[in-house]
Amino acid sequence: MEQLYKIKKGLDLNLEGKAQPNLKVIGIAGEYAVLPEDYHGITPRLCTKEGEHVKVGTPLLVDKATERVHIIAPVSGVVMKIVRGERRKLEQIRILADKEQEFEDFGSVDVAKVTATEAVDYLLKSGLFAFMRQRPYDVIASPEIKPEAIYISLFSKMPLAADFSVVCKGREDDFKAGIRLLSKIAPVNIGICPEQECEDYLANVEAKVYGFTGPNPSGNVGVQINHICPINKGDVVWTLQAEIAILIGQLARTGRVNLTRRLAVAGSRIQSPQYVETPVGTAMQTLLAGLLYGDAAHTRIINGNPLVGRKSGLDDFVGAFSAEVCAIPEGDDVHEVLGWIAPRLKDFSVSRSYFSWIFGKKKEYDLDCRIKGGQRHMIMSAEYEKVFPMDIYPSYLVKAIITGDIDKQEELGIYEVAPEDFAVAEFIDSSKLELQRIVREGLDILRKENA
Amino acid sequence: MIKKILDKIRPNFEEGGKLKNFHSVFEGFESFLLVSNRTSSVGVSIHDAIDSKRIMSFVVIALLPALLFGMYNIGYQNYHAAGVEAGFWAMFFYGFLALLPKILVSYIVGLGIEFIVAQWKHEEIQEGYLVTGLLIPMIVPVSCPLWMLALAVAFSVILAKEIYGGTGMNIFNPALVARAFLFFAYPSAMTGDSIWVSQNAICGLGCDLPDAFTMATPLSLVGAGQEITMPVQDMITGLMPGSVGETSVIAIAIGAVILLWTRIASWRTMLSVFVGGAVVGWLFNISGMDSAAAQVPWYEHLILGGFCFGAVFMATDPVTSARTETGKFYYGFLIGALTISIRVLNPGYPEGMMLAILFMNMFAPLIDYCVVQRNISRRVRRSHKA
Repeated sequence: MEQLYKIKKGLDLNLEGKAQPNLKVIGIAGEYAVLPEDYHGITPRLCTKEGEHVKVGTPLLVDKATERVHIIAPVSGVVMKIVRGERRKLEQIRILADKEQEFEDFGSVDVAKVTATEAVDYLLKSGLFAFMRQRPYDVIASPEIKPEAIYISLFSKMPLAADFSVVCKGREDDFKAGIRLLSKIAPVNIGICPEQECEDYLANVEAKVYGFTGPNPSGNVGVQINHICPINKGDVVWTLQAEIAILIGQLARTGRVNLTRRLAVAGSRIQSPQYVETPVGTAMQTLLAGLLYGDAAHTRIINGNPLVGRKSGLDDFVGAFSAEVCAIPEGDDVHEVLGWIAPRLKDFSVSRSYFSWIFGKKKEYDLDCRIKGGQRHMIMSAEYEKVFPMDIYPSYLVKAIITGDIDKQEELGIYEVAPEDFAVAEFIDSSKLELQRIVREGLDILRKENA
Repeated sequence: MIKKILDKIRPNFEEGGKLKNFHSVFEGFESFLLVSNRTSSVGVSIHDAIDSKRIMSFVVIALLPALLFGMYNIGYQNYHAAGVEAGFWAMFFYGFLALLPKILVSYIVGLGIEFIVAQWKHEEIQEGYLVTGLLIPMIVPVSCPLWMLALAVAFSVILAKEIYGGTGMNIFNPALVARAFLFFAYPSAMTGDSIWVSQNAICGLGCDLPDAFTMATPLSLVGAGQEITMPVQDMITGLMPGSVGETSVIAIAIGAVILLWTRIASWRTMLSVFVGGAVVGWLFNISGMDSAAAQVPWYEHLILGGFCFGAVFMATDPVTSARTETGKFYYGFLIGALTISIRVLNPGYPEGMMLAILFMNMFAPLIDYCVVQRNISRRVRRSHKA
């Protein structure tokens, strides 16, 4: 380990229904979908049509701006339906899977010998490049710009998050091959938490490893970058989810893209929470079959975890960047009288005006999705700062975004943040502002202005 | 059951209903009785149980000890001045009856304006006034006429809060603006020796005092260059004349414990106000100035007048105080220091707390600017180095 950073600010949430380390593999059958919206920052152009047969790895969409970033089919089958929304915006490309899966062959490579350009081209061709994100702006990376470094966080302290040790089990060599390939493009920095059992996948890994202790969001790659080597204006770094490195390694070793991920299926409304191995784009119906319990009409299904996930439903599909799928009570059937003064023993709060501080950190909570308060202007001061472990003033940055003051946003460090870094702050916010949405929109506007 | 009643009367308040002009009032009461079951649609799916209603109600709870003691003290001062013996409850109810109309006027006028603004802007009603509305009657003398109070409340809610955009956007503490308004518009009702004790019998309780009755507060004695006649233990228990809520250090300390324990008030601000006051008070003590105010021991300065009340309930208002943790130390220290300086150096204003806080309200954004600018220049330096 290069260095151990001790992070003090933040908040760990202990929710009911954490995934147990059992793995269930579900076979490929039925409908799958590619959701272009997952690939934020890409303007997609369709390169398939309804009725066409595609293999795993066949490009379905290509980025209009570069014509090089492909979004590929996660399963082989027939393109059944292309769903468009308002103003013909592409929403879903649905594929009916074949019984026998066919794969595009991209050819295996020797990860020890490739050059940077070859590595980037290889990732572009295979479609895995679409899983690289870049800072600033937290969008899909551009192949035109060489990154200063690549950052991967091997843990997440988000509530109900997947544990990388389970996700990586049995795929350690793939992971190391993936890192090796990435290290040809730019130096790779890995963030781990010291409690992780990581001897298997970190031995002889071609990367600098940094340790991070402390509460959520210490596992956010943005927080780690801010500690290791903060991003300055003009710098570009890439980030990717740890599991994608495994997929890259698989590709390099076999020549085939396999978009199968191990998702943590968790939450208080899941019977026996566990890990499920399934391709990206699996229908929620298929994924959650037999796992949900409780009143389905009042259950929220989340593509991701309860803090950074997207609100979803049974008719939705697993997103490309979801490492978890969670089901928790929606709470729209709860009618609570005088809640603002009641003791609310079952609710969680960082505020000592409630009683969660008595029960300690061991107690697991079953929180619902109610906002539990009206939206206000920022009233309490330095609230976000308490859970924002970066050298940034988040409340001032948010204000600069709300007022559209781009110079101020730059000065206050907007290039270093992603919406997910504001998730804990959004959770504890007593003024109930939608911080992640505000930051996302701010980043998008800034990107347009700077383009 | 509550839900059924609300559901039944809701159509009246919706678009096209006959009471649609009271839409915001209905929503205000609805969210007061029943937690809204609106769920999040973007961003985090789960939320902390805290909200501004909870925060404001805890500030009100923290104010209650000082308020209840204030009521008792009003009665005590009246009976004491008349030289009549009376029981605890007689004193308390006398004070209760003397103060109740003020609290009602403050809430009715202030919340009335809030309701109108919320209706006009199609916003939810903001809870901030729950605290302000209780603070205002507690920081004026007991004899302040109701019409003056109503005027001050309207002035502060409209000009110190709503024109900035409501709770969270205001620069000055609205309660202090109300007091400052009275202080400058009607100085005779806010200063002098004849206003601190309730003079009339109410509903058979209390005593009518002679017209010429006067009773000075310790600070006005000092301001007039005299010695303080009250013993220190009265300053701490609060059995002395003064604004309704400010006299008892014990009652305010209970409120301070509630606010600090729930972390609604910042210990940084509160502590540094006291440190600032103590340091400057002590400097005047050893300076050799021979004015009466300079020779008041520094610890007495801290327990006299509105110092404690201001430090605990006013300086810590999160909206108008400095918003950075570092800034809060400077902000608080300067409030304490300015308060004592005003008391000592300006005999025209025996009480400096109000002016000091308002003055620092104005400078809080500047303090924050400097603190945040340090972060900005650090980032600039970093990018030049790279």
